[in-house]
Amino acid sequence: MDFDFSPEEDAFRARVQSFLDAHLPSEFDARDPDFLKQWNRALGEAGWLGFAWPKEAGGGGATIIEQFILKEEMSARRAPPLGSDFMGLTWVGPALIEHGSDEQKQQFLPELLAGESCWCTGYSEPGAGSDLASLSTRAERDGDDYVVNGQKIWTTLAHVAKYIFMLVRTESSSRYGGITCVLIPMDSPGIEIQPIPNLSGEVSFNQVFFKDVRVPVASRLGKEGEGWRVVVGALANERSGISEATEKLRHIEDLEELARKVMRGGRPAVEDPEVRRKLASFRTRIAAMRLTGMRHLTNQLQGRRPSSETSINKLLRGQLEIEMDAFAMGLLGTQAQTQGRWQYLSLSYHGTVIGGGTPNIQRNIIAERILGLPKD
Amino acid sequence: MNFAFSEEQEFLRNEVRKLLDTRCGLPQVRELAASPEGYSLELWGQIGELGWLGLTIPEAYGGGGLGWEELVILLEETGRHLFPSPLISTLLCAEAITRFGNDAQRQRWLPDLAIGSRIGTLAFLEESDHWSADAVGLCARRDGEGLVLDGEKRFVQDIAAADLVVVVFRCDAGELRIAVIESGSDGVSVQSREPIDATKRFGDLTLSGVRVPPDALLEGGGSATQQIQEILQLGALATASEIVGTAEGALALTVQYAKDREQFQQPIGHFQGVKHPLAETYMEIETLKSLVYFAAWALDNGDDGVALATSQAKAYASEVITRAGVTGIQLHGAVGYTLEYDIQLYLKRSKWARPMYGDEIHHYERAATLGGL
Ligand SMILES: Cc1cc2nc3c(=O)[nH]c(=O)nc-3n(C[C@H](O)[C@H](O)[C@H](O)COP(=O)(O)OP(=O)(O)OC[C@H]3O[C@@H](n4cnc5c(N)ncnc54)[C@H](O)[C@@H]3O)c2cc1C
Repeated sequence: MDFDFSPEEDAFRARVQSFLDAHLPSEFDARDPDFLKQWNRALGEAGWLGFAWPKEAGGGGATIIEQFILKEEMSARRAPPLGSDFMGLTWVGPALIEHGSDEQKQQFLPELLAGESCWCTGYSEPGAGSDLASLSTRAERDGDDYVVNGQKIWTTLAHVAKYIFMLVRTESSSRYGGITCVLIPMDSPGIEIQPIPNLSGEVSFNQVFFKDVRVPVASRLGKEGEGWRVVVGALANERSGISEATEKLRHIEDLEELARKVMRGGRPAVEDPEVRRKLASFRTRIAAMRLTGMRHLTNQLQGRRPSSETSINKLLRGQLEIEMDAFAMGLLGTQAQTQGRWQYLSLSYHGTVIGGGTPNIQRNIIAERILGLPKD
Repeated sequence: MNFAFSEEQEFLRNEVRKLLDTRCGLPQVRELAASPEGYSLELWGQIGELGWLGLTIPEAYGGGGLGWEELVILLEETGRHLFPSPLISTLLCAEAITRFGNDAQRQRWLPDLAIGSRIGTLAFLEESDHWSADAVGLCARRDGEGLVLDGEKRFVQDIAAADLVVVVFRCDAGELRIAVIESGSDGVSVQSREPIDATKRFGDLTLSGVRVPPDALLEGGGSATQQIQEILQLGALATASEIVGTAEGALALTVQYAKDREQFQQPIGHFQGVKHPLAETYMEIETLKSLVYFAAWALDNGDDGVALATSQAKAYASEVITRAGVTGIQLHGAVGYTLEYDIQLYLKRSKWARPMYGDEIHHYERAATLGGL
């Protein structure tokens, strides 16, 4: 084992830090579109979008350790995430690199790397949530096209996305083998988007209706009937959790700050033994999450693909979010009734716990695929 | 950065596991637990010859000169097998002598500890039951050249088997001292206590006018308070390492039971009320491993974060083993409540492991302080 970074890696960390010194203002509004545009351009120019993708694919060819350092340093400064196209960069890109045709790579990757595309993900349907493989949006072959009919739901960013990375059913008799992955421009005729306000009143996800949408067969990613394989890899990338641990570190720092400010029985809450124990327990599990992410990275470095083990961090993260929120609300007491940053977080964590697969689904994955218990 | 054990380390794990699988299965564990000594002298001699006992003792004193990464591997396996032996006690005694003894003291004691021809332990706790240097009350009086001890130490692990006892006490104006006394010395008496986990023995130690000659004092490196924290920290890390294996053992047994036992015409492992707690246990063990391995690395490499990492590891380990024990019994149903089924052995071990060298309350508080709260 070795938790030290090599001199080259340390030098890289210094490079990231000086980039942040030069490009990240000391104060910024992470929701200001102008600022974000500028930030993304700077990231693209520095070559830090798709940084760990292979050079042939136009990526930076960096190691996943460098990618890890990059994410940690960004997070330490609370910089906006790597590119606004979160889904495109985290799973669509890697899936394209692995399964895409040369034309598809040429069509989509440069745009992704330049920070100019925006992808959404069409898995869930009204009748297919946790049971994703029961999806029923149909794609029927007609000459060189598929004709797509059906509905997706909870599609994050569909209202602004340029493309959708989506699962359709090409065959009804085979549950998994009838699923195919297609890439569709969101401005295709026959697509209708209806935003769904989330419980905070914001629009983040949508319903997307498909009526006789024609999609060239060449827009299929991977072979017909192999969509499930494509998506299992994409989901592991979604759940792998490295950046999530660093994000939780910021969350616990804020929570500690809150415990220093809030009074309990005339003294700062942070002096209360039970409060201290709770905070230490959160930090402990966040440290465990980060280190577990590093163990999984080591596996990847040794040539193993991310797989069911990524459910470990996803499950722990959900547990932490729920407990940390309940704890923050408890510290705030009556103030928890008013609007504010903590309340906003308190409402929004529900989405992150459910999105990408609920805790029960992670438990099923661990129980069935790792422990070998009978399937549901 | 590399978070994987090396091939040599994996080889060590396999060797340890192979030997314990054949020599220390659960039937043997039960036999030893029922025996007066509580461990097998023969197997002890064998692992001494194999170098397990001296793994971290410097080569110059008959040991293997390896680090805690290797030790963690060994302890994970002994924990998995509920291996009954004075291993952790002997290890802590040897660590104290290695770290704080002078050359003559090391020459005198370490070679025997390394091969197991002498057994060691640490006598720390007293009435207060608190794993912290300020809880030490035992006081020595001066008598000519040396010191004389009168008083009691409690919950001394493996004290009936031990030849060498590392004792922590105060002298003169209350400053802390650490000394090695021989259990055969005049004035030393031992009262064994009934353990909840018969694979982990302990007792109370009464010292009546026991002489501590000057050459028995361990006086090297740092203040005695720091030294004591260091030894307690090693105890916490050793226990956390055993906990990883013990929790995995309990999980494996329970998963197997959930596959075999049928109710409502199906294996009970089919029900989410059964399989989800098992998945949670798995998640907890995997994330605990990360903390334990990192703490071992930090210790071996003199990393500043070692104290925090160790407290995090032991605090979490105490919680994880407690839940794994409860889950194991409950998912077994009534057979879990019998002497016949093995899962109870793990529950009892969890009762031992949770408080040893500090429970989660102790270590989370310490982690809070070390983390700047
Ligand atoms: C903020 C947010 C963003 C999202 N973004 C996207 C997106 O961009 N694209 C996309 O395709 N989807 C997206 N989703 C959808 C998400 O993947 C699904 O919501 C999720 O998989 C659960 O499906 P469901 O909502 O239909 O719940 P259901 O599957 O109906 O589950 C309801 C409850 O039943 C439990 N349950 C269901 N099945 C089982 C079982 N077998 N065992 C035990 N418990 C079970 C669940 O754990 C849950 O608690 C998003 C969701 C959220 C909240």
